[in-house]
Amino acid sequence: MSVVESPPEASAPEKTRLRDRQVIWIAAVLAALLVLFSILRPTSFATSFNLLNLVSDAAILLLLATGMTYVIITAGIDLSVGGVLVFSAVAATKLMDATGSLLLGAATAVLTGLAWGLLNGFLIAKGRIPALIVTLGTLGMSLGGALLLTGGVDLRAPGDLNLGLGLARWLGVPVIAWICAAITAVLGVTLARTRFGRHTYAIGSNAKAARRGGVAVNRHLIKVYGLAGLLAGLAGYLSLAKYGITGVSAHSTDNLQAIAAVVIGGTSLFGGVGTVVGTVIGVFIPVVLQNGFQILGVRPFWQQVVVGAVLVAAVYVDQWQRGRRDQ
Amino acid sequence: MSAPLLEARGIVKSYGHVEALRGADFALLPGEVVALVGDNGAGKSTLVNILSGAEGPDAGEIVVDGEPVEFGSVEEARGAGIETVYQDLALCADLSPAANFFLGRELLHKGLRGRLGLLDNAAMRARTREACETLGVRLKSQSAPVSTLSGGQRQGVAVARAVTWARRVVFMDEPTAALGVVQTQKVLDLIRRVRDTGVAVVLVSHNMQDVKAVSDRVEVLRLGRRVARFETARVSMEDLVGAMTGAIEQAAEEAVAGQGAEEASGQATTQATGQEGQPEIPR
Repeated sequence: MSVVESPPEASAPEKTRLRDRQVIWIAAVLAALLVLFSILRPTSFATSFNLLNLVSDAAILLLLATGMTYVIITAGIDLSVGGVLVFSAVAATKLMDATGSLLLGAATAVLTGLAWGLLNGFLIAKGRIPALIVTLGTLGMSLGGALLLTGGVDLRAPGDLNLGLGLARWLGVPVIAWICAAITAVLGVTLARTRFGRHTYAIGSNAKAARRGGVAVNRHLIKVYGLAGLLAGLAGYLSLAKYGITGVSAHSTDNLQAIAAVVIGGTSLFGGVGTVVGTVIGVFIPVVLQNGFQILGVRPFWQQVVVGAVLVAAVYVDQWQRGRRDQ
Repeated sequence: MSAPLLEARGIVKSYGHVEALRGADFALLPGEVVALVGDNGAGKSTLVNILSGAEGPDAGEIVVDGEPVEFGSVEEARGAGIETVYQDLALCADLSPAANFFLGRELLHKGLRGRLGLLDNAAMRARTREACETLGVRLKSQSAPVSTLSGGQRQGVAVARAVTWARRVVFMDEPTAALGVVQTQKVLDLIRRVRDTGVAVVLVSHNMQDVKAVSDRVEVLRLGRRVARFETARVSMEDLVGAMTGAIEQAAEEAVAGQGAEEASGQATTQATGQEGQPEIPR
């Protein structure tokens, strides 16, 4: 009986493992950094106080990066997250000042973010405008809109929020970090194990094939960008709680930080490949570097240089793997 | 001659000023392999797109099992048991064969986990393995992405997927175009095995050797019309090529008359006559 196949390729399983290996590699890099800084400064780096600081710094970026992971797996990009974060924070502050309700403020932030995200998705999926342009446009619109609403002066968050949620801890860990961790975990499982996640990968891998397979590609893209916007809105509310101000000029590079984290974490800019676990590690690498350099007394500007280099290296590895695959 | 499983009558389709199909007919009997051949621009792809629901015709009728149907989408054609293997295979290279198999039809867990949208990957892998084994498509791993498979294996996955879901008809658009000699042979074997499972196959091909090797009948399209239909066993390569290029208009009439199929004969004759009024395309 004849079979439709060529002789089994010796390299096939090897290539597969290469992808999984990438996550293991970056996990090893992160572990090495943690160990290195702990050995160099055992009394200041490896303290629970400092590690909590790390987690707390990373938490809000983690939300942006998780949304970005979905977007990049569909072979898209979302440059607007920082602007959406600020706009949502401003909208929430305005509403909380008017009504005094923190809960309404949270709902406003989340819904405002969702609306921006849906706008992105609609323009990208239905309008067929490249994601880069659409989200660059909405970045400008949301940041500019936030400045218009505030007159360029940062608004203060209500004291109850800043002193309440902003300082609250559970089991010694900031509640904000718990919230971000829980959402990230749920979205990690969603991406890896559900139909929604499967369709996300399929669209990034081959949108035409996904469409032919009966996946509602446009609707799914709108949902994915909506999710990224929603997470940016929530991040806006949490950053309002944490820092006490809207930070209108502090978030213009959030998009790059999030993209860097996602790509360092092994998600391919070409779509179809990536994990939330990788992104979590990718978020922590820059944060740990920054923190470690501060403690070591290295000028913190070096962190930007190193993260930039790691980012380029991560994309190089991805390109190289694709090249081998498609040859 | 039993009733056609799938029949198209007088299909017209234009793209702007270009008339891709000018009243094309097509018929497929249960359990047969029909080759749909024609020169470039004859309208093969357009006809397949219309019969598989990817596009709607401007005019004409599609009949499935004697019932007139209108396919608004690929999903509707699928609902009628019609699947297509596209020339580019329409596989997601980063996903596993099982994920591709069930793309858009994912199996979920039973109960609460299913309601949360959780995929039953084990069941999908098992069913994919089963389907591939039935057709003799051997895969080393069910979880390695499709990008790690050879061209023949990918073809096998795409065909096995279509056959698994097709109850009536599988369209295959140039399935051997990108393959070497050995792999082509294997795909042809696969087509025979599909037919043996009772699913009819429409093979769109440029390759006359493949057509001769595997098909039961041939339908020839030229300039947007069916100009001839042959029984593969009784037709010579010259006649086929002649009908495709329009060099031998009579060949069609004679071959069809030889079959004694009156209805078909009538159609082919009128078409052949109508053909004379058409301007010849300079070659």
